[in-house]
Amino acid sequence: MMKKCEILVVCRHPDILATVVRLINNNPEWHATGCQSDDEAVKAFMLTKHNVVLIGAGVEAESEAKLREEFIALNPKVKVVQHFGGGSGLLSAEIYGALQK
Amino acid sequence: MAQTVLHKAATRGFADHGWLKSHHTFSFANYYNPERINFGALRVLNDDSVDGGRGFGEHPHDNMEIISIPLEGDLEHRDSMDNVAVIKNGDIQVMSAGTGIYHSEYNKAANSQVKFLQIWVFPNKRNVEPRYDQLTLQAEDRHNKLQQVLSPNPDDAGVWIHQDAWFNLGEFDKGITTEYKMHKPGQGVYVFVLKGDVNVNNVLLNTRDGLGIWDTDQFSITAETDAEFLLMEVPMEF
Repeated sequence: MMKKCEILVVCRHPDILATVVRLINNNPEWHATGCQSDDEAVKAFMLTKHNVVLIGAGVEAESEAKLREEFIALNPKVKVVQHFGGGSGLLSAEIYGALQK
Repeated sequence: MAQTVLHKAATRGFADHGWLKSHHTFSFANYYNPERINFGALRVLNDDSVDGGRGFGEHPHDNMEIISIPLEGDLEHRDSMDNVAVIKNGDIQVMSAGTGIYHSEYNKAANSQVKFLQIWVFPNKRNVEPRYDQLTLQAEDRHNKLQQVLSPNPDDAGVWIHQDAWFNLGEFDKGITTEYKMHKPGQGVYVFVLKGDVNVNNVLLNTRDGLGIWDTDQFSITAETDAEFLLMEVPMEF
């Protein structure tokens, strides 16, 4: 079985987080983990080798900078991108774009 | 020298969901074309038709400036800030999704389609407080002249968004020409033709064609037939 692309979503808004995780998991080649807090996100990142991290709604600039630094230190190949839109509109393009970088 | 990118109408992405038919100028949902992701801060330009009695159920958005311009029919808007409103041809609607907003948009008419443009612009600031606004525009204010319908300034004409963007509508009789001047260096304009034929710096555009133009301070627009068009000026770097 082909290994799924692992995507970590960090988003403070619980409903938007749930929506984004559900939409990602609709793609059989992708698997999403959603976290609301920075601590949860770092713990999840240490447990799974994520290919992409999406920074979503409500994550403060300071948190985003810290998370980027920490994720890249743990896995220099990870792609950390900002998620915009909160739904299906831009999600696929953001993930495909990150994977092609 | 001005640079341009031409998107002919027939080359846009297309999604047919039965009740919704949507032409995507840029990658959106299941349409992905790495050559067509955005034009500067302009990220989404969807040309949507919604069947009677149908619509977009409640769904969330964040961190995007979302502008809707109805072209035919009426859309009923509801959102998580308790706004309930109908937008119709001649109106413009704007939402700053910011930290998160839920909304629905329905065609209340049972038997007629609603057609509208759905435009998304990247914000210049993440996680702003969500907001909603709509405005009724006067058609005579764009006859043979440009009508500003959006800007970054709450006190300026039209609605406003969190981005250095200016939108103008024009409804020109055949033969009318105007010059458009960029508001700032580093900006570009995406011209979208709603109806008719328009010549932009010697590039002929037909109905629903789009042309991005940048690396210039100004350009000319001439109506080759009676024509309606939308100009979207956005930062090329943001």
